Order: sequence, then structure tokens, then C-alpha cells
Amino acid sequence: MATDILMPALSPTMEQGKLAKWLKKEGDKVKPGDVLAEIETDKATMEVEAIDEGVLAKILVSDGTDNVAVNTPIAILAGEGEDVSAAASSSPAPAAPKAEAQPAPTPDMEREGMADRPSPDAIPGTDAAPVAQPAAPSVITNRTAYNAMAEIPEGTELVNMTVREALRDAMAEEMRKDGSVFVMGEEVAEYQGAYKVTQGLLQEFGAKRVIDTPITEHGFAGVGVGAAFTGLRPIVEFMTFNFAMQAIDQIINSAAKTLYMSGGQLGAPIVFRGPNGAAARVAAQHSQDFAAWYSQIPGLKVVAPYSASDAKGLLKSAIRDPNPIIFLENEILYGQSFPVPKLDDFTVPIGKARIHREGTDVTIVSFSIGMTYALKAAQELEKEGISAEVIDLRTIRPMDTETIVASVMKTGRCVTVEEGYPQSGVGAEIAMRIMENAFDYLDAPVIRITGKDVPMPYAANLEKLALPSVAEVVQAAKTVCYR
Amino acid sequence: MAVAARKAGRAGTGAANKSTSSKGSVRGAAPNTPQFDKNQDLAAYNDMLLIRRFEEKSGQMYGMGLIGGFCHLYIGQEAVVVGMQMATKEGDQVITGYRDHGHMLACGMDAKGVMAELTGRRGGLSKGKGGSMHMFSKEKHFYGGHGIVGAQVSLGTGIAFANHYRENGNVCLTYFGDGAANQGQVYESFNMAQLWKLPVVYVIENNRYAMGTAVTRASAQTDFSKRGVSFGIPGEQVDGMDVRAVYAAGQRAIEHARSGKGPYILEMQTYRYRGHSMSDPAKYRTKDEVTRMREEFDPIEQVRRRLLESWKLSEDELKAIDSKVREIVNEAAEFATHDPEPDPSELYTDILL
Repeated sequence: MATDILMPALSPTMEQGKLAKWLKKEGDKVKPGDVLAEIETDKATMEVEAIDEGVLAKILVSDGTDNVAVNTPIAILAGEGEDVSAAASSSPAPAAPKAEAQPAPTPDMEREGMADRPSPDAIPGTDAAPVAQPAAPSVITNRTAYNAMAEIPEGTELVNMTVREALRDAMAEEMRKDGSVFVMGEEVAEYQGAYKVTQGLLQEFGAKRVIDTPITEHGFAGVGVGAAFTGLRPIVEFMTFNFAMQAIDQIINSAAKTLYMSGGQLGAPIVFRGPNGAAARVAAQHSQDFAAWYSQIPGLKVVAPYSASDAKGLLKSAIRDPNPIIFLENEILYGQSFPVPKLDDFTVPIGKARIHREGTDVTIVSFSIGMTYALKAAQELEKEGISAEVIDLRTIRPMDTETIVASVMKTGRCVTVEEGYPQSGVGAEIAMRIMENAFDYLDAPVIRITGKDVPMPYAANLEKLALPSVAEVVQAAKTVCYR
Repeated sequence: MAVAARKAGRAGTGAANKSTSSKGSVRGAAPNTPQFDKNQDLAAYNDMLLIRRFEEKSGQMYGMGLIGGFCHLYIGQEAVVVGMQMATKEGDQVITGYRDHGHMLACGMDAKGVMAELTGRRGGLSKGKGGSMHMFSKEKHFYGGHGIVGAQVSLGTGIAFANHYRENGNVCLTYFGDGAANQGQVYESFNMAQLWKLPVVYVIENNRYAMGTAVTRASAQTDFSKRGVSFGIPGEQVDGMDVRAVYAAGQRAIEHARSGKGPYILEMQTYRYRGHSMSDPAKYRTKDEVTRMREEFDPIEQVRRRLLESWKLSEDELKAIDSKVREIVNEAAEFATHDPEPDPSELYTDILL
């Protein structure tokens, strides 16, 4: 019987991809293991292999087609002894995955236990909200709509760009300006970045400045710090921050402390960057938010952007900063698009939070992917007549206490949102700072919404439970509002 | 201690200088120990004596409670850093671990600044905020002074990486001990250094004890010159008690690194007379072993004998050198005793730029 060949998913977070090339043509005999086609995403390239024997009866999606959704039938395979032309003329089955089909199940947010981690395009564009599809460039005409984006001059053209592209552009721009900037890490060069963040850098800057390292985090972190001691400006990419635990001694004991220990003689102008926090279905060792860890260390700055414009502007600032910077990215956010100002040299200051959405009843403070819960919750709260002000911290250390406190003085209530663990977390720190600075203004105790106090489980339902949810944020906001 | 005693004999008898080529085979007979001319012997004597007297004074001041925390003395190992430094040229960098006073003096850092850092005073090289294990001098190309065992090996490899990146022709001397040689990041660094042909010389100061653990109890391969064999890094065992042997090996190693051939390993067979730190119980080795090393292989005594016998210096001339060195050390101690502590406002400076 005829079998549909479906568009496979390359990763748990892939939603669509490009059918780059068919390697078999209609009428070709195929056997299991034969490579049928190549597919690409902005992140990676993969071969689609046959799992059944038969004849490639019909190609449904031709070479070079972009944005093919995962699980779309891309071809029909006629089974042994089956009439090829009959199979070819049969209409493709519905897109639902078949039990015998090879491709991974659709990694849609719902199924991956991530219903509450909405892709930002679900959020209306009232306040520089991200958009999923490239749209016509927009122009800032109304400053109040971007009231906290003081970095962006009025009249600036905005272009939609993924966080991934924004990070790449930030590095490329700084590398063009300053020959002492270089990138090193695993798979940053020839592979074009494990998450394609360094795509194209090798081609532009060459192997001397875009350096593939062996799998040796402790060693190359130390090499980067040593190079930084001499005044070079390394960008050290960790494939994920989970692996940076192997290097944490060099980050903390060497990078963060040397300026102090040398009485100000010798610092380390270095950026450690890479994806941080939970991705999807990768379990405990690959799912951890290190924002609170690094934020405890004097001598480090810790940056965790949410939007593409912040990612770009903050990374440029980080590369120029004379201090060691922990730059925490998020894999789920890499592929999401946001408007980014089209400026020759756009930077965002480190240490300044951004009021992403103004409100009067409750302050919700978050950062990085936590913002997706915060913004969605703010929308839901609005429906119930609660006006939430959402602050994107952007920098965890030094923390912009002033912006948080000013907002809490206005609203009298605060909820913090992060995916990290509760104990000694960023939320705990925010709560303390509010106590120290605005205790008399509080109308209710601060509530922190965090990842649960457990190692990240693998099972989809448990993973969903372990992460914060929009419902939890909404409930917390209502609680502090006594509603 | 039989093993240690046997090895002690080897260190001082010129049986060193065995080298492993990049393919890991052992070269044949040791080259003859190179000779120093009078000026070289005089310079080496002066520099080693300064370290010895400085360290003796440090020990004294520690006993008086003027120096706090950890204090690791370099006494006995002076020939290593002095010989290596003689083989460098201006611009070459040095990085080491926590037993760093000798390295700083050999790099030309001010004895007053080093001593005042030991006593935690504002005139210390790190304004009193680094202490014995953490001092730096950009001007003298000294990159510390690192308290985490082995961390300096990746850092030194990174400094060499920067030399390579800048194509400045400089070489980074990266010192570490027989204890640090067992840290994982050492081998991560070896791999990258050889892969990228970085100009780094790894100087393993094998003083035979990692704190109180003899190398034979901690190392499966006690020939540290072979530690780079699987990466194709050439290495030599060097009589680290003979400053001439150190200098000659240093020249070979530095030339190798500077010419673009990549890293080189020198195992310096040396000995520390004092404890690991000031609070060492000294239960892990015999007094006889220490006495024998001091009497038969002392690096300074070897030069002193040459100065008297070969170069016909008089006892008075040597005394003059000695009193000059003592003067420098006494001045440093005086300064470090009376210099004020850092201003309390220094607590919050130099955290970020």
C-alpha cells in the first residue's frame, strides 16, 4: 500500500523547514536507508532517509520549497508490487503522523508540554511585540508605543529579524570594527554554529577569528580568559550553558576575580555566550537556568535578553565592555522574530531594564524566555480588568533595581517570573530588593513564579509541570491584587 | 622514602636532560651541561640569592604574624625560574601557580611591592587585595599568581594564543607543579596548544611532592617530560638544580615555540626545602632527604663554588653581593611592615571597569 513520506523534524523545536533537494526522482526504486532528500532549517541540514522499500511514486513538494511544515506529506512511496501510477494519483493522506512514518512527531508547543510557552507571535503587537513572519518594515512614529526603547531614535526603521540573526549580526558588526574580537567554541566555524548563531562568520572573517575548538570547555574557557588578559576580546560560545559548568572555575575564579586580585591592573574583556535554560524534552542535564548562579558573582555582568533587538544591542555592548560578561541566550527564542531597529550602530546599555508593557495594578518582572509567560499573562489579566506592568530585566547583574522599585511604588504589587529554581533565585533577589527599597509601598507580599524545585524531567507532562505556566502567573497576579 | 632518595640523586647528578622527541622516543646520551661565562654566573647568583633571601625573610615575617593566610616559599627551586628567565627575551610572558614569589622577582617586579602584598598593604602590587598567590604585572609581562591548581595552564595557553593571534613573536612560559600536572585542563591545553601550534613552553616544576603526596603516590607516569607524548609535544627532563642546564633547556624550548613549532615541555627536577606552605607538618619526607638535597645539590651553592673556583672571586666579593641583596630584602620588609593597610574604600574598587 502507498505510504506518505512526511516532512521530518530535525529537532524538538523545529516547526518548519526547507525542502532543499530531492536526491531520488519519481519512478526510482528505493530501499531502507536510501537518502531521498535534503531538508534545511535556519539551524541545520538533514537527510531524509527511506524506511520502507518501494518505488518513489510521486513527489508532492518540489526542490527548493521553503517553509514546509513538519509532518506535511512530501512524497508518496508505492509499496512492493503496487501499481505506481495508481499510488501516485492517490491523494495524499492527511498531515497527521502515521504510526509507521519515520519523522518525529510534530514538536508543536502544545504537544511538547509547552502550551504555556507561547511563541511570541501570539502576542498582539501593542508593545513592540515580536512577529513570526517577516513583514514590511515598520517605522517608529509613536514613541509611547516604544516608550522604554529609549535606545531607538524616533523615526528609525524597524526590520523583522530572528534572535539568532540579531546575535549573528551583533558579532559580525563588532568583528568588523575591532580586529581584537574573535569567536571560539565548539562547532562555531565550519558547522556554522550548533544552533547556527555564528552562521556565515567563518566565511567573512576566516579561520583565524572564528575558531572551532575541541570539546574541551574547561580548557578553552581558560584559553579565552588568558587571551583576554592580554587585551584581546574573545567571544567564547558554549554550545549550551549546561556545559559551561565544566568551565565555571575559569569563569568565576579567573575571569571574574582577576581585576580585583590584581588591584585593577588586569581584567578580562570577554563574553561567554550560548543558550541557557530549558529547551524542550532534553531532560535534567540539558535544562537549567544559570542566571541566578552567575548573578551572585561580583566581577561578572549577567545579561539575558528576550527580544531580538535587545539581543543585538546588548551583545554589541557586551563585546565592547571591558568586563567579563555572561550572555545568556535561549534556544526556544532563537528562531523567533522581533522588530529590530535598522541602525548602523545600535547598542542597548547593560544594566538597564525595559518596561515592556505599562500597567497600573501589578508589576510582573521577568527576563529571557520568562517574558513569554509574563506577556501572555498580562494579556489575560487585561481581560479580567487587571492592568499589569511587565518589566524585562534584560540584565540580571547589575540589576536595575531603580526601574523595579519605581514600578512597584506605582503598582504596590509584584510577581516575578523565571524558569530557574526557586531557592536563591532571581525572584528571591528581586523580592528582597523590593523589601529593602519599597516595603512601605507593598500592598501584598511579592510572589515568585519559578521553575519547580526538581531536576527537569523528560516526560512531556512532567516537563510541563516543572516549568512555570501562564496560569500560575495569572493566579499569582490575582492573588497579590486580592482578586 | 627510598624512592624519593634515589630520585634525589638523579636530580643533581646530571642524569637529566633526557628528552623525548615529538614522536615520544627518548634521545640518547644527555648533552654535556653547558658552561656559563663569568657574567652569567654572577647574574644567576645574584638573582637566585635575591629569591632565597626574600623567601627566608617572608618565612620570618610569617612567623611574626605579619603575613597571613597561605604562604608558599620557593626556597630550593631558585635555579628553575632564574635559568628560564635568562633564556627569555623582552615581551615573553610568565604565568604560574601559587608558589610565585620567585617568579615575580625573576621577572623584575619590585621586591617592596611583592613583600607589601604579602603583608596586605596598600603599596602591594595588588594594593593588598591579592595576597601571596595573586600578583600581576602587565609591565613585566607577569600574568600571575593563580591560586587554583592547574588553572594557569589554560590561561597561559590563552596568552600564547594571543601571541599567535597577534603574530608578535612572544612566548608564554607557563609554570606548574607535579601536582597540577594531573589536572584535566592541562591536557585540554596541551591538545589545543599543539593543534594550533601555540608559542608556549610548559615548565613543570617537579619538586617531588604535591603538598605532602610524593609523585610516585600520585602519578602513574612520573616522567613528566612524557606527559605530552600523545599530543606529539616534545619534552625534556632537566636538572632543575643546575641553573646552566635550565638555561640551556629553556633556550631550546623557547626557540622551538618561537619558531612556530608549537609547545614544548620541560620537566624541571627540583626540590623545595621548606614545607608546602608555612603550616606543613613535614611528616611525609625525612629530614635526611632534605638535608642531603641542601648539602649536595643546592642551586645557589653550585654557582657560588664556580664563582670562587672558576672565576676566582674572593669571599669578600661574594659577601658584597650578599649584603646588597640583604639590603634590598630588608628595605622591602621594612616597607611592608610600615606601609599602611589599604583604605577601607578600596573594598569596593576594581570589581568592574
